[in-house]
Amino acid sequence: MRRRDIVAGLSAFAVREAVAAPMPWLSPDLPDGTRAEARMVQPAGKKGLIQLTDRPPNLETPIQALDSAITPTDRFFVRYHHAGVPEEKTFDNWSLEIRGDAAERPAKLTMRQIDALRQTEVTAVCLCAGNRRGLVQPHVPGVQWGHGAMGCATWHGPRLRDVLAVAGVKPEAVEIWFEGADEATLPATPAFHKSLPLAKAMAAETILATTMNGAPLPLLNGFPVRLIVPGWTGTYWMKHLTRISISAAPLENFWMKTAYRVPAGLFPVSSPFPTQDRPANVPVTDIAVNSMISWPVHGDEVERSGFRIRGLAWDNGNGVRRVDVSLDDGKNWQSALLDREIGPYAFRTWSLESGALPRGPVSLRVKATSNSGDTQPDTYRPNPSGYHNNVPQRATVRVI
Amino acid sequence: MMPERMRFSAVILAGLAAMPANAQQTGLAEGPGKDVVEAACAVCHSLSYIKMNAKFLGPEVWKAEVAKMRNVFGAPIDDDAATEITAYLVSRYGVAKP
Repeated sequence: MRRRDIVAGLSAFAVREAVAAPMPWLSPDLPDGTRAEARMVQPAGKKGLIQLTDRPPNLETPIQALDSAITPTDRFFVRYHHAGVPEEKTFDNWSLEIRGDAAERPAKLTMRQIDALRQTEVTAVCLCAGNRRGLVQPHVPGVQWGHGAMGCATWHGPRLRDVLAVAGVKPEAVEIWFEGADEATLPATPAFHKSLPLAKAMAAETILATTMNGAPLPLLNGFPVRLIVPGWTGTYWMKHLTRISISAAPLENFWMKTAYRVPAGLFPVSSPFPTQDRPANVPVTDIAVNSMISWPVHGDEVERSGFRIRGLAWDNGNGVRRVDVSLDDGKNWQSALLDREIGPYAFRTWSLESGALPRGPVSLRVKATSNSGDTQPDTYRPNPSGYHNNVPQRATVRVI
Repeated sequence: MMPERMRFSAVILAGLAAMPANAQQTGLAEGPGKDVVEAACAVCHSLSYIKMNAKFLGPEVWKAEVAKMRNVFGAPIDDDAATEITAYLVSRYGVAKP
């Protein structure tokens, strides 16, 4: 791949329409600057997404498009660290290189060869570790995400371990390193490369997706091949994969050693990352148990004869045990009805009949508990980058 | 391929070239240093990053953000420009330290 392809790719993210329509359902907890800057856009291949930044593109899914267990592909959120988004034609002669000091034999796989490997499918939530960062108090710097830096899709492709087997994994391997085609504007900027511990890389659920919800990956969601790491936050879900290294050493770069880390012991960890752990802080890995109300949304008017509240719950793959909803801002809670589970890593939909309510404002809140017993804390657990904000969501509606 | 190090004037040119077509939508508040901010910051990212992160960061945090852009992300911004950029961000998009 030539660098000029990437620079040309700056135009690959072209906003077709910027709608200045007000979004009264945006959380009032977002910073004023974010609320003023957010706009609805329709980039190529996508329907309405909330644009927080355009270079690099950071676009979140409106809450109204998160009203189902599977997020529509054309509403699926977009997150890039660097402005150099490749163009689709960059991948015309694409192949995936597999190498590394702990690889038996370097290999290159074409799309045809990847498609010829044994295929599998996993329905899993992709969730940015910084989802809801914009709602934490006090605010911390970063992309000020609301509720929509997440989505759930059915991903299809070979298991990563079967791809690695083509090159052969030596016993000394400890991490698998990943590189994608997206690039920073300046050569001096650390490239966005990430790694996985060997155990997570070899897990049955970890795959290289070539399709999403039954169609090729959209460019902005990682075409032609994306790493899918069910149960772990989106930072590891590398897009536009070009190179995989089977490595006997930990990956040392800004994105592993400095960014995407949380204070040690602050959050539950099911599958650790021992080669990247330090006494003071550890990589953000497992998705924290969480939930949201997808209808009604903040600011809606609802009928006093009652209404059916709908929403989602999810965790890192243990599965959701229960969802509790409050109609009085957290004073009293009642158990919601869980719909069937479509997969341990997927969104779990739920609903609850409100019953008749007196006229006036009602503050709805929701809280999920996972099969591991983890539940959402009443207060945000502060960490420098604002990760894992899983405080019960609040949506205030008006009964009329 | 751009050279690893470049003069700040080159950054200004690159920054202007990189400005989005809808610049007025991402336009920054008027104030001393605005031009320097637009030129230096828009090389790598849209100015929405600044407006989105407002107004809640104190002077020390804005200073640290500018330092991160220079020291971690390799933005070729010299000391004088960094001082000017930080002063602008603090005065137009910051808050007094609580």
